[in-house]
Amino acid sequence: MLFGFPLLSLIIWLPIFFGLAVLATGGDRNAQAARLIAISGSVLGFLVAIPLYLQFDPSASTMQFAEKHVWVERFNIFYHLGVDGISMPLILLNCFTTPLVVMAGWEVIRERVSQYMGAFLIMSGIVNGVFASLDAILFYAFWEASLIPMFLIIGIWGGPNRVYAAIKFFLYTLLGSLLMLVAFIYLYYVSDGSFSILDFHKLPLPIEPQILIFIAFLLAFAVKVPMWPVHTWLPDAHVEAPTGGSVVLAAILLKMGGYGFLRFSLPIVPDASQQLAGLMIVLSLIAVVYIGLVAIMQADMKKLIAYSSVAHMGFVTLGFFLFNAYGIEGAMVQMISHGFISGAMFLCVGVLYDRLHSRQIADYGGVVNSMPVFAAFFMLFAMANAGLPGTSGFVGEFMVIMGAVKVNFWYAFFAATTLIFGAVYTLWMYKRVIFGAVASPAVEGLQDISKREFAVLAILALAVLWMGVYPFPITEVMHATVDELLAHVANSKL
Amino acid sequence: MQTLYLLVPLAPLIGAITAGLFGRFIGRTWSHRITISLVFVSLIASIVIFFDVLDGNTFNGSVYTWLVTGDTRFEIGFLIDQLSATMMVVVSLVSLMVHIYTIGYMHDDPGYQRFFSYISLFTFSMMMLVMSNNFLQLFFGWEAVGLVSYLLIGFWYTRPTAIYANLKAFLVNRVGDFGFLLGIALILMYFGTLDYAAVFSSVPQMANESVELVTGSSWLVITVICILLFIGAMGKSAQFPLHVWLPDSMEGPTPISALIHAATMVTAGIFMVARMSPLFEHSETALTLILIIGGITTLFMALVAVVQNDIKRVVAYSTLSQLGYMTVALGASAYSAAIFHLMTHAFFKAVLFLGAGSVIIAMHHEQNMQKMGGLKKYMPITYWTMFIAALASAGVPGFSGFFSKDAIIEAVGFANIPGVEFAYFCVLATVFVTALYTFRLVFVTFHGKPRMDTHTREHLHESPWVVTLPLVVLAIPTIAAGWFIGPMVFGDYFSNAIYVSSQHDAIEQLGATFTGIGGMMMHALSTIPFWLSLAGIFTAWFLYILRPDIPGKIKKWMLPIHTLLDRKYYIDEFYSWFFAGGTRALSKGLWKFGDIKVIDGFFVNGTARVVAWTAMLVRRFQTGYIYHYAFTMIVGVFILITLWLYQFK
Repeated sequence: MLFGFPLLSLIIWLPIFFGLAVLATGGDRNAQAARLIAISGSVLGFLVAIPLYLQFDPSASTMQFAEKHVWVERFNIFYHLGVDGISMPLILLNCFTTPLVVMAGWEVIRERVSQYMGAFLIMSGIVNGVFASLDAILFYAFWEASLIPMFLIIGIWGGPNRVYAAIKFFLYTLLGSLLMLVAFIYLYYVSDGSFSILDFHKLPLPIEPQILIFIAFLLAFAVKVPMWPVHTWLPDAHVEAPTGGSVVLAAILLKMGGYGFLRFSLPIVPDASQQLAGLMIVLSLIAVVYIGLVAIMQADMKKLIAYSSVAHMGFVTLGFFLFNAYGIEGAMVQMISHGFISGAMFLCVGVLYDRLHSRQIADYGGVVNSMPVFAAFFMLFAMANAGLPGTSGFVGEFMVIMGAVKVNFWYAFFAATTLIFGAVYTLWMYKRVIFGAVASPAVEGLQDISKREFAVLAILALAVLWMGVYPFPITEVMHATVDELLAHVANSKL
Repeated sequence: MQTLYLLVPLAPLIGAITAGLFGRFIGRTWSHRITISLVFVSLIASIVIFFDVLDGNTFNGSVYTWLVTGDTRFEIGFLIDQLSATMMVVVSLVSLMVHIYTIGYMHDDPGYQRFFSYISLFTFSMMMLVMSNNFLQLFFGWEAVGLVSYLLIGFWYTRPTAIYANLKAFLVNRVGDFGFLLGIALILMYFGTLDYAAVFSSVPQMANESVELVTGSSWLVITVICILLFIGAMGKSAQFPLHVWLPDSMEGPTPISALIHAATMVTAGIFMVARMSPLFEHSETALTLILIIGGITTLFMALVAVVQNDIKRVVAYSTLSQLGYMTVALGASAYSAAIFHLMTHAFFKAVLFLGAGSVIIAMHHEQNMQKMGGLKKYMPITYWTMFIAALASAGVPGFSGFFSKDAIIEAVGFANIPGVEFAYFCVLATVFVTALYTFRLVFVTFHGKPRMDTHTREHLHESPWVVTLPLVVLAIPTIAAGWFIGPMVFGDYFSNAIYVSSQHDAIEQLGATFTGIGGMMMHALSTIPFWLSLAGIFTAWFLYILRPDIPGKIKKWMLPIHTLLDRKYYIDEFYSWFFAGGTRALSKGLWKFGDIKVIDGFFVNGTARVVAWTAMLVRRFQTGYIYHYAFTMIVGVFILITLWLYQFK
């Protein structure tokens, strides 16, 4: 380990610095410069994150790469960073996604290029901050800050109904997180003046406040994930967001909610978590079954993938509240895999949208005739979305189902319906868009993917296949942390 | 030897990747050369391994660790024993023949390289499935062959029927896999491992464990697991009521109908149950279910085959019925007979399909038998190989199908599992029906007067050698594979791989009467199946050669029954109305009502409206007019004074 080297700070602030540099290029006269700075910044951001994986000690369950400096002395607020086996993979996922998003928007975005690229880089740094913060106020600052770039991305580069979607997204998530701040302040007083998340973990609490805190956290995280029934902002946000926005939203921002459950709800209020586990599992299963069904009849491709995202995230929350290693590690794997797959699915829709400017399934048909290479990539990602073994989509679902059956056969039963519904909505859409006779002269004239699009999709395809065939390295870094978490949750705090 | 094990699946995988990713650059000829040689490598390796296994060298070991979670290691590994070695030889042999046949069949197709890539990928997946030593890899292979089947049924992706059929196939299989995955989950939960050997060795301790899935009704754990696993087998091996995808899968090119939808993939369910014999032997309930499902599939699908006119569909329904035979054999604990029939069926059904394909090429892609006739003199090799396969299929003594089918029927006769009477009736009655529809196919297609138009007739000729060679090669085991019944079914060939409990000793009893293949043939002359089979062939000859005017009259006379069979018992209509339509309606209802009306309309936008309404209300108090404020003050003061005065009363 690079002792004392502030690696996490670098990972957080390097993209933000580059983002500001991109913004500084100004108007679209310098668009090419903005793109070049953005791609170098994001690739550099990924490169500096690699030592995080290589030098991570998988056998330790403590926080690694820790940094701690006083921030606001009066309130005991620290600039305190550190990662464990739960946050480290998510930071890697985020750093991995950013260059792809920059590449995906390369020549598609022609207006306010510097602001678009800058927003993504800044958001990338902020999200790294969310995952690395060990101080509640620092966490809260990053958490809320992450809303702003996404609000702008949807509101400026979005579709026709972008203002409604942006405001819905902003209010929904902001209202959710306000109660979380209240909970932090309560915990600050109970803990005799500490905002350290690790102190919160050790804090004994009676059951009533635990339940109230759980509900406060739940509102914040459930909106982010999103869980049924607070999911309705997501389809709207996805439909209006530009492709890059959708990718980051699905691949990264939703994971903040999942991460919140693991970092806050489970360890801080373990007794309430266990008491309310039944409710959480039922909500998760509703997400899997109900949302899976709703996805089937969607006519808009992006809406369909958005609903499929909600259904897949249902596996994440289901896995958390099973309180066994299969469930929690499976949920983590599902989060990372969903980052690849949903990102790739939105990119595929983006490829079509850039050409025909329609997301309606009915406007397509027979795309394979003019875009065979694209069709092959889309097939792979569609199959991954349907949870085919050998792709990353299978691994997490498999682990969570194995964990669920240990708790209750019927949990596994309802969770496993995704095998059917996931295949129905994904492959039915694929059939109507890609197969069949050529639907229109416009479809006939489609150009197959460019080298740039090929590169982005190929990188994701390799990630999806690699994780499906050999998920061992990813889960290996989680074991110690997850075991520690499970042992911690099993100890009552009453 | 372990390198050889790896070579068997990896060689075709390399071929698939080469033809799939680089097919454009290396061209058509090199694509088929590379894939065919690599499948040939796989076949040679399989044969070497097969003889090595005969010498007693079995293997069970892991290749790499896929995942570790909780206290479980999930590994990818191989189990090489008599069962897997037999399957490996059958799969690679049929696959190689189909690869060669494809050169001729797909000659003019623009998707030539893609097709070779898919069938090689299939060979890889199927090998992973049969060579697996654990349930996880089994499931991987299971779904991977399903994927390739999906890709190949929809190979001609501009045809609406093809892309309907492939979606249907994948989804129906997913219903089966749903059960299968839950079965695997229960195994992991109760046995703590997914490794075959470890699971099988602890079955006896688990035999009496029970579970209450619904409060008040207690089930044996093994029974629940077996039924769930069998649901998976019902999907893959197309057993009633999950059989509906197989006939439609005929939309795919004929070589894959032979390879995937007859000889190999659809038998994966049979293979799986045989592999799981140590589990199934502990659950009579599951065995009974298997017998009943198998019996229904055997008889009722055979009946449908009699009225079909599409040559491929006749063979497809015949496949369903033959799979039913294998399933019945499993239910009767005659696992070795099931695997034996799987093997002989792979050969004779591959010949029937490839022969049908040869006919279809000659007929310029006409598949309706009523427009054929008299093809015998134009296509002698196709005719004679198909004739041999028909004899095997009908169970005429001496041909491979006779031995395997007779063993199944006799074993069912000896079995004592509840439900066996029904299954026995079904398999017996089907002997007649099988002979009838098989020879109907042969007679209508190859004999009688030519019914095609003159243009087609002038161009009729035998197919090129790449098509006929596989037919001839596969015709040899179609005749001879049955002669190994002694060691394979009654001997101890499968004794390490298949477990039969001492109570279910049908095969053992049957084996006691076995006196060699000659004796078996002699004995058959005095049993009902033989005469039923002859009667079937005779009826076909009478109806379709001697008096071709009669079938039309029978059809008119029994019109309701004919319609029922022709419409396949209306099962497809029911499914598309009830399941597909029901799901769409439910989906639309949940979306339009649940999401849009209740959640978004009432709660989300409702909250926004309440906020707006409150704001409107509060705004009224701040009009900005001084006389409004003055008036409010006067009213307030008046009230306060009233209350103040009221105090002194």
